[in-house]
Amino acid sequence: MSVQTQEAPVAAPIRKSRRSIFLRRPFFTIALVVALGYVLGALFAPYVAPYDPVAQDINAMMKPPSLAHLLGTDSYGQDILSRVIYGARYALIIGIFSVLIGAAGGLVIGLAAGLSGGWLEWALMRLIDSILALPSLILAVAFIAILGQGVDKVVIAVGLSMIGPFSRTVRADVMQVRVQLFVEAATLMSIPYLKVIWRHILPNVIFPLAVQVTIRISEAILVSSSLSFLGIGVTPPTPDWGLMIAEGRAFVSFAAWMSAMPGFALALLLIALSIVGDGIREEFDPKLRRGA
Amino acid sequence: MIMAQTQTQTTAPTAPVFELIEVEQVFPVPRPGRPFMSRDTVGLRALDGVRLRIAQGASLALVGESGSGKSTLLRVLLGLDAPSGGRALYRGKPIREARAFGTGFARDVAMVYQDARGSLDPRMTVGALVAEPLRHFGIVPKGEEAARVAQLLDRVGLPADAATRYPSGLSGGQIRRVAIARALASEPSVLVADEAVSGLDVSTQAQLLTLLRGLQRDMGLTLVFITHDLGVASYLCEEIAIMYLGRIVETGPTDAVLSHPAHPYAAALRAAAPRFFEPIPEPLPGEIPSPLDLPKGCRFSSRCTAAQEDCRLRDPQLGQHGAGRAVACLHPLTETGAQASEIR
Repeated sequence: MSVQTQEAPVAAPIRKSRRSIFLRRPFFTIALVVALGYVLGALFAPYVAPYDPVAQDINAMMKPPSLAHLLGTDSYGQDILSRVIYGARYALIIGIFSVLIGAAGGLVIGLAAGLSGGWLEWALMRLIDSILALPSLILAVAFIAILGQGVDKVVIAVGLSMIGPFSRTVRADVMQVRVQLFVEAATLMSIPYLKVIWRHILPNVIFPLAVQVTIRISEAILVSSSLSFLGIGVTPPTPDWGLMIAEGRAFVSFAAWMSAMPGFALALLLIALSIVGDGIREEFDPKLRRGA
Repeated sequence: MIMAQTQTQTTAPTAPVFELIEVEQVFPVPRPGRPFMSRDTVGLRALDGVRLRIAQGASLALVGESGSGKSTLLRVLLGLDAPSGGRALYRGKPIREARAFGTGFARDVAMVYQDARGSLDPRMTVGALVAEPLRHFGIVPKGEEAARVAQLLDRVGLPADAATRYPSGLSGGQIRRVAIARALASEPSVLVADEAVSGLDVSTQAQLLTLLRGLQRDMGLTLVFITHDLGVASYLCEEIAIMYLGRIVETGPTDAVLSHPAHPYAAALRAAAPRFFEPIPEPLPGEIPSPLDLPKGCRFSSRCTAAQEDCRLRDPQLGQHGAGRAVACLHPLTETGAQASEIR
């Protein structure tokens, strides 16, 4: 580990000598711009969207993309571009908040499982295993069946279904950190165990977790869209991408834009978020960087 | 009864900082070649009859091959593991009790790890790392913390701006200095250092050794220094204890032990140290035996060049041998014998 043995160059300014991350990773930069575009569009949807997303217009039903309706209209004459822009709001809200729920639950369960031993760890791990045994979509469907429909319910259902994978990664990190020498050194100083957890174990676990969060937002968005596509997520007038794809499905042979546009918006956001998440992980994960 | 005994030892004026009396540490390990699924275990004697006294203000080097039990002994000294046999005392009190009772022991006995980088939380700055013991033991009021950190960093020869850096940005030598500063922050009277200068280049080693010696002199520290480098041991420590297969085979003043070793193993170690302008001397014959399968009689008899008949029958204990020295050998080398083995 101690590669640099000489004393001379006091903390070589590694950061400065390396080129900016935006230049080194062009795909990351593009993806970041796209993702930020979605976020801005979602934030300022009322100013960006040309029409009211739920305003129906009988004169403009199922119009193909034109200058008046850039992405066309759907079977109720609602402007698809406006609906896609407002849909980004729901996608991002559901994605971010459900991942936060999943990460918080995963952190608690993972910490408890990683730090405790014996039957408690066994019970927690079996709980995690049982959550992991089902794909998150199936699990989310089950939670929706219990909770009912609506945006808030979708957030909770998707969040709960993501606790499993989060707690497993947290536990793995905890098991790795708790045997490190600096934890023993803190114990040697007779620092109480809870304080050691708070001060030394938690910060070393939180960071990889934050990276996981950025990666899993796209998964949460996908699951929530799948729920709406199946018709059990958010309720119809809401401009949600999954819902829009489902609505256009019947007309796909002669009005393909109705499903394709929200589908394209969804795919683009997911790809952008994945690239951003991977870039962040590769850039800041000490495990991947240590070899360099 | 034991309590009464320890009480009297506490009040005695010459109570040593550490005293190990016939300390044993036996780990149950799977029996080699046991059948599948069998739970058969066999005791691995990592420490076997260790006797050691470390007086206040002394500096002791603990020397031995890898696998000789140095690290196990260290864990017993620090109270991380309870010995499975014998008694390990800290100022007349069992070490485990001393550790369990308040923060006094933790404050008084500081440790510098061999893997200094691993012993420092990579997500804390150097300043926060050094300040942690200050705050934990309540050594200085909050307002003076920064000043004390700067003072400690200066004491170990680090620039003041090092406080804002992270361990990953420091070199191997600087990291050891941080570890030493952190150890000194609790104002200990005992400093235990595990291979604190190994793996560094020679000039850095020399700087650190000078620093440690200066600290020991100025602060009156009791120093327990684990090393495999006899040169480091003789520079830094007045006393030396040589371990072989879980037992201390020779102790005494460093100069006397190294110039006239009484135990054949000590003589062999001394002879094996490389010297300038001389060919590498013949190494000891054979491998260090497995602690699972100790030789009968003296544990060194299988490799000893001066082994005699009774060496394979009787296990020698550490016994007095001249002024302040002790050796665990049935036939300690006389001075001429030592000379002879060195020439050989």
